[in-house]
Amino acid sequence: MTVKELKEKLDLTIYSGEQGLDNEITGGYVSDLLSDVMGNADAGEVWVTLQTHKNVMAIASLKDMAAIILVNNHKPEEDTLAQSNEEGIPLLGTAMTTFEVTGRLWELIKK
Amino acid sequence: MHFEYQIEGGNFTRAGYASSEIKKKLKQLNVDLGIIKRTVVATYEAEVNVVAHAYSGTIYVDFDEEKVVIKLVDEGPGIPDIDQAMKEGFSTASSTVREMGFGAGMGLPNMKKNADDLQITSEVNKGTTVVITMFFKKEAKDL
Ligand SMILES: Nc1ncnc2c1ncn2[C@@H]1O[C@H](COP(=O)(O)OP(=O)(O)OP(=O)(O)O)[C@@H](O)[C@H]1O
Ligand SMILES: [Mg+2]
Repeated sequence: MTVKELKEKLDLTIYSGEQGLDNEITGGYVSDLLSDVMGNADAGEVWVTLQTHKNVMAIASLKDMAAIILVNNHKPEEDTLAQSNEEGIPLLGTAMTTFEVTGRLWELIKK
Repeated sequence: MHFEYQIEGGNFTRAGYASSEIKKKLKQLNVDLGIIKRTVVATYEAEVNVVAHAYSGTIYVDFDEEKVVIKLVDEGPGIPDIDQAMKEGFSTASSTVREMGFGAGMGLPNMKKNADDLQITSEVNKGTTVVITMFFKKEAKDL
């Protein structure tokens, strides 16, 4: 599934990084601890988090992740948006909690 | 080939910049993707540790045919007990740093797991030196 299809299915807001809407999603990772994501997430995954600062984009880019979903209506900071646009990694948002959005993600992308 | 990057302690907006440059260089050199991934994890964690725990630092990167050696030298508080610091979950990160999602005490274990060779030396009140070595061919290490 592409990021665009996911965005439509879950009615996610897109904040930035539209160039990456065709990125293919191969799985997901859910964590707010950055070293946990660095150590355990993989390329092509969508990352669910409530962290809104720029380091999230740095990690997503270093790990070649497909997209980021910010939960609970958390809004990205300005420099996070800018880096998302530079890297072409979509930054998406939802009013859903981590629990809800992860459950729905799992249903959509489980193998 | 030799490259150097400066790291500013406390400046999280720049954290990851050097790692990203090193990743680009490895891609240009057509290094195996799995090796690039492990290098990125180890280098990023080392870079962020300078930002989070030290005052300033320099990364020295040396490529040759068979390996890349990434050496991070910082001026900072140093690590009094390296064995303790290596334990997963051990962290002295400030509350501000923790709120950002750093400070899980997973960085050094990530470095250990991903680097082909990791050397850490430290002097309290002076600084820390971390040397990450990555071999481009898996066999090189076992020769
Ligand atoms: N360059 C350094 N200078 C001084 N102390 C360091 C340095 N690197 C690591 N340490 C010490 O070792 C501890 C463990 O480091 P580690 O990277 O494993 O975890 P962390 O940085 O606290 O959290 P995380 O990496 O999960 O965000 C740190 O909390 C700090 O006390
Ligand atoms: Mg760390």
